[in-house]
Amino acid sequence: MSQADCIVGIPSQAPGDWRARALLLACSAPAVAFFAAFWLLPAGLLLALPAREGWRTYFATLTDALYLQSLLQTLALSLAVTLATLLIGAVMGIALARHRFTGRGLLLSLLTLPLSFPGVIIGFFIILLGGRQGTLADLSVALGGERITFAYGLLGLFLGYLYFSLPRAIASYTAAAEALDPHLEEAARSLGGNGWRVARDVWWPQLLPTTLACGAIVFATSVGAFGTAFTLSSKFEVLPITIYNEFTNYANFALAASLSISLGLITWLVLWLSRRWAGPAATGV
Amino acid sequence: MESNSVAIDIRQCAKTYADGTRGLQATDLRVEPGEVLALLGPSGCGKTTLLRIIAGLETPDAGSRIAFGDTDVTRVPIEKRQVGMMFQHYALFPQMSVQANIAYGLRIRGVSEQEQRRVVGELVDLVRLNGLEHKRPAELSGGQRQRVALARAVASRPRVLLLDEPLTALDAKLKETLRDELAQLLRQLRITAVHVTHDQQEAMAIADRMAVMQAGRILQVGDGESLYRRPAHPFVATFLGRVNQVERSEDDARSNRLALAGMELACPAECTGAARLLLRPEDIEVCAAGTPGAVPASVARRVFLGDRLQLTLELAGHTPLMADVARDHAAQSGDRVALRIAPHQWMPNHAHA
Amino acid sequence: MRTTQKNSPHAALAAQGPLPLEGAAFCLGAARRPKMPPLMWLVTATVTVFMLAPMLLSVLAGLVQNYGQGMASGLTTRWLAEVWAGYGNTVLMSLLLACACVAMTLVLGVPCAYALARSRSPWARHFEELLTLPVAIPGLASALALLLAYGSVAAFRQSFAFILVGHVVFTLPFMVRMVGSALRRQELVALEEAARSLGASFTQRFLGVLVPAVLPAIVAACLMVFTLSMGEFNLTWMLHTPLTRTLPVGLADSYASMRIEVGSAYTLIFLIVILPVMWLLQALGHFIEKHYGK
Repeated sequence: MSQADCIVGIPSQAPGDWRARALLLACSAPAVAFFAAFWLLPAGLLLALPAREGWRTYFATLTDALYLQSLLQTLALSLAVTLATLLIGAVMGIALARHRFTGRGLLLSLLTLPLSFPGVIIGFFIILLGGRQGTLADLSVALGGERITFAYGLLGLFLGYLYFSLPRAIASYTAAAEALDPHLEEAARSLGGNGWRVARDVWWPQLLPTTLACGAIVFATSVGAFGTAFTLSSKFEVLPITIYNEFTNYANFALAASLSISLGLITWLVLWLSRRWAGPAATGV
Repeated sequence: MESNSVAIDIRQCAKTYADGTRGLQATDLRVEPGEVLALLGPSGCGKTTLLRIIAGLETPDAGSRIAFGDTDVTRVPIEKRQVGMMFQHYALFPQMSVQANIAYGLRIRGVSEQEQRRVVGELVDLVRLNGLEHKRPAELSGGQRQRVALARAVASRPRVLLLDEPLTALDAKLKETLRDELAQLLRQLRITAVHVTHDQQEAMAIADRMAVMQAGRILQVGDGESLYRRPAHPFVATFLGRVNQVERSEDDARSNRLALAGMELACPAECTGAARLLLRPEDIEVCAAGTPGAVPASVARRVFLGDRLQLTLELAGHTPLMADVARDHAAQSGDRVALRIAPHQWMPNHAHA
Repeated sequence: MRTTQKNSPHAALAAQGPLPLEGAAFCLGAARRPKMPPLMWLVTATVTVFMLAPMLLSVLAGLVQNYGQGMASGLTTRWLAEVWAGYGNTVLMSLLLACACVAMTLVLGVPCAYALARSRSPWARHFEELLTLPVAIPGLASALALLLAYGSVAAFRQSFAFILVGHVVFTLPFMVRMVGSALRRQELVALEEAARSLGASFTQRFLGVLVPAVLPAIVAACLMVFTLSMGEFNLTWMLHTPLTRTLPVGLADSYASMRIEVGSAYTLIFLIVILPVMWLLQALGHFIEKHYGK
């Protein structure tokens, strides 16, 4: 009943309050119209397209070995990147939140800068580091060995994905670590807990929502990432590249649509699940 | 300031929310012109709901009727209702100065610049905010913000002034000072006001009459003294001040006999049939042990509260009673004492709660 | 936990005289700022190098005469000039597109955010869910959908409007969410009710009270939309034509076909454009947190 006293909202939904409801409708109408025209309608068409070539096209990702491999590779890569990112991000976040030093603010803003980069730039960075003219190549030659390049294989892709995932994790964990309740930790330590116990019993539960939310976003972003793989032209083919090839090179629209639907379904599902478990912050919007 | 005040007539106003909860049962209430009425009760009792219905921020269920004076305002939206409202956290427009805040209602109405300045000047004098006209709300103290909120609410001469827990946002010491100031200002303005609060002292200090509410209905309306002395409902008695509850058997209730620690006590005729009786702590006279006709008891605990002493008294065969005695009373913890209670102080609790 | 030694409660406790042993140990333990464990330090350092080195490399590579020879070949701005000559128009187009995107999301998104924040209807929840779908699914899919629906409308397909539409669809949820969460705050509900009680009509209170009150959130959302639009690639690559290229599209082009120096100089230009905006965004984020809480 105390909720009743606290309900404050502007237009109450009584039968006679059509004026208030009309107002809200008018406010949202332009956005709704735009969204319906330029996303809902197109999405509907996309969903319907594979049916043109038969119902089984919808399951192309599962039935065709090539696409299945592409899908599994994408999922495996994304999973690996997610786990690595969460671990490193957690360590960095806690380190940065709890230790003040000069230039910390600058470091944080530089580390989160890549959030604004298109994937292609990150591909380029990997080439700079590990391509044929890259730092590692020059270094390995200078040290007398043969030219080592990693940019065009799985390692290059992995590092590239790591590069654009880490800023998000660092930002999330730094914010979460700063919000850690110091009293809980003091209570644990006053009861005799040492470093590891504190980490396990005090930090981990408090950081769990962040972990779930961040993990979901990183995973979804990795699964749908296109620019990085595109620049690296890796032999390790991920699903977005497959879709792109189907569409551009083979003009296989129905198949491209079907693969896109599968991809979209996966990312949407991951984000939806994390929102259920970790709260609304999970969409990253 | 001339007053524009009208009476408020509420007939059969109820509010049911979309999920089915009853925020307010069908309620009738009349507020006289120029009167300050407090809606008093615990959180969730419907007092804020009723206030918001009067304001026009909530629409009551079908069959409800609200009138300001002779005008039926049930279907009138708040923008047209000409009410002044003071919010719990003041809701001052953060980017506007004090002056602009106060003049906002006038500006909306298209009042001339000159007139605006005149009214704002008058109000700034009234609420004593001179020198602060150009400050932003963020630069003001809690008490100052409250005064701006009041000035803003009354600037356009509303017919009715509504205050939603205006003192809740302040700390205890400030509350008391501002409470008296607010009471004085309201008297000066002579405007019909409805004031929601959960603090009975605030209600008693500011309002002419109070309506005690519980679970969506008004239990009793009256001025502070009558509600305190003659509560019609046990909740009113417990909400305004403290009470002791004394149980007695069904037989005793029927024959209106009362026995405490073996002694027979007289109680008034209106207590007949009540299985529980209520007694205010200050109505217990604590005298020396062995006084003839007094109930024997011992002092279990003695708390010094500054202006009075609070004694917890243990009696044979009964839960402890609380008694308030004068500051200089001789009773100490552990003493044997005796209690005398004037018969008319007993209040019946007819409810089966 | 920025307590200086002077003001710390531990200092106050210590001033009271000798404490029992356990208490003292606890106080000391809590007062001393723990030094970063070596493993943490190592990870932090490595990651920092990993993240910052490429940026630095790229900046330098765009400014040296010859990448192969490195710094020894001297610094020059000729690559920047070459990039500007070949791709200068993409920078301009991206900036215009981003500004147009901000304008459109403002006009569409702010009233929509208000409607969603105030509505108690279940449809509002559903629509908000739908609105965030373009963010949840890969840009590639949204782009394909758009191509399917409007690819045949030649005039639309070959104009920048096509790309703009894609950007708006992708960034609208951010504007709506960020402004919406600011509007849902209790103080703003009270502000609006106060304005209504004083007689303000909808436009009066929307423009005069609400928008000024949520201005920080609106500005932050604008910067976010701008950044997202400038850096958008997945959607734009599918939607672009040789005549409608944005900065990221140009970047992809130069990485594939041009020298490393040119690619680096182009990246440098991107950084120059995006850095101030990002920093503004972060500064604004801190400002909002400080003044309005989370």
